[in-house]
Amino acid sequence: MTLAPAALPTAEASWPRARFTDLVAAEWIKHRSLRSTWIAYTAALLAVVGFNAGVAYDTYSHWRPEDRVPFARDGIALQEAFTPNAAMLMALALGAVGALVVVGEYATGTDRTTFAAVPARGSVMAAKAVVVALVTTVFGAVAAGASFAVTQGILELRDAGASPGDPGALRIVLASALLAPVCALTGLALGTLLRHTASTMVATVLVLLVLPLFLTDGRRWSAVAGHALPYRAWLRLADPSPGPVAFPWTTGGAWTVYAVWACAACAVAVAGVRARDR
Amino acid sequence: MNPVIDISELTKRYGGTTAVNGLTFTVHPGRVTGFLGPNGSGKSTTLRMILGLDRPTGGTVTVAGRPFRDRPRGLRHVGALLDAHDVHGGRSAEAHLWALARGNGIPRGRVGEVLREVGLADVARRRIGGFSLGMRQRLGIASALLGDPPVLLFDEPLNGLDPEGVKWVRDLFRRLAAEGRTVFVSSHLMSEMEHTADQLVVIGRGELLAAESLVDFSARGTRRHVAVTTPAATALRDLLTAEGATVHAEGERLTVTGLDAVRVSEIARLHALPVHELATRTASLEEAFMELTADRVQFSGGETR
Repeated sequence: MTLAPAALPTAEASWPRARFTDLVAAEWIKHRSLRSTWIAYTAALLAVVGFNAGVAYDTYSHWRPEDRVPFARDGIALQEAFTPNAAMLMALALGAVGALVVVGEYATGTDRTTFAAVPARGSVMAAKAVVVALVTTVFGAVAAGASFAVTQGILELRDAGASPGDPGALRIVLASALLAPVCALTGLALGTLLRHTASTMVATVLVLLVLPLFLTDGRRWSAVAGHALPYRAWLRLADPSPGPVAFPWTTGGAWTVYAVWACAACAVAVAGVRARDR
Repeated sequence: MNPVIDISELTKRYGGTTAVNGLTFTVHPGRVTGFLGPNGSGKSTTLRMILGLDRPTGGTVTVAGRPFRDRPRGLRHVGALLDAHDVHGGRSAEAHLWALARGNGIPRGRVGEVLREVGLADVARRRIGGFSLGMRQRLGIASALLGDPPVLLFDEPLNGLDPEGVKWVRDLFRRLAAEGRTVFVSSHLMSEMEHTADQLVVIGRGELLAAESLVDFSARGTRRHVAVTTPAATALRDLLTAEGATVHAEGERLTVTGLDAVRVSEIARLHALPVHELATRTASLEEAFMELTADRVQFSGGETR
């Protein structure tokens, strides 16, 4: 058992170029080779779909014939396609998954091994962001798609389900699916800044869950700040027929909030590792 | 021969603490260089700065003429084992190495090769969390070898290894150096380096104390003395003292400095004194190391504060 004879001095020109796709592949190997990743995704998926199905089942079991007209008029079938509680749960779970992708490295010291192997730290973080964004988008699509199918299937038993072609149906599925990568990237960015598991988890809960509850629509500054949060953007997008509010905003604005959070989170993660030791 | 690792006036301060202070030395290819110093002397900090993990407060460090951090990918340039615990316990050995290899454009077959090389092929699919320290050290060595690099850094690689493992690592280091690679190994125990290193860099409290060959180092500060065992201890002691030697007597044993063994034996024969044992003793490398670092130890026991 001997090593292949070393080509010394090293012929650097003959080596394959450092490609970003190799780093993405490496991060994907890391992500999928942890059992905890799959446990987290499975548990989150079951909880989210279960929450939504539970609300639809509640409607089904307490259904009275006179409910049909207001139910259809207010577009409640689509509201039950993905409920606020399920959205909050998903935001939290996926925020934690995103945070652990980076905190898991700092907490175990794996980051030193990683950065010694790939000194281009910004590229490592960008690769992590790509993997997290792709995997959680798939997760979000499955969770939102399954929720829609299950809830509307249950409501259809009362002949009250919506179909994917209905106005607003696609938007709620898409908004719910994309909430997953937005929250996961937010967790990734917070983990990069804070590095410690506990403080990162607290910060993730604060940003994704507590802030949207605090920043109410009562005052203008509070409403505007609140609208800039991912969960509130989801609420705007998921509501098929918003009633009159003091400070109305467009769905285009809500989509922009999604995009800005995702991009800003990636930028923070990439910049956050450059200047600091280890 | 050009140095491969070139460290110049390297300084690292954390707040008010100076971990490394104006360190200057070079490490050359084709030999094993030992990096010695007591606990907390700045060895690990220096290794992290070589790898660009920590930024120096002052000074420069280059590997093959460039700061390591400027390289987009590292494994084909420098292989390093810093701390055997710097791995995620939830992954298998194989997944850990494959992720490292993949990011550096190293083919998958290389993972199996290094696992066989370090003797972990049978546990490749087991979770690292269940590995002993010795197995983790082997895994760390495997990851250092992954890129077949010309430069290898090891921080305390012998910790946790059994005697067979220690011998294996020593042979491996010698072979890597014989292949023309630069091998830089840290340790806080001189005895570990004695049979491994050709060259030594010794530091204490972040400052350079010595950078020379093992042979030169062993000649440094060695206080020779002659040990004599004789039933006529008192008589011989008086004779030797009269000849100008300093003698320390303990029962039948004399410790003589200032005269060599030949002279001691002549004097004993001249006066027909029986001698049972006569030997020249030189201080060991360990003692030379202790002597050199005695006033540079950061954490020493038996002190009242």
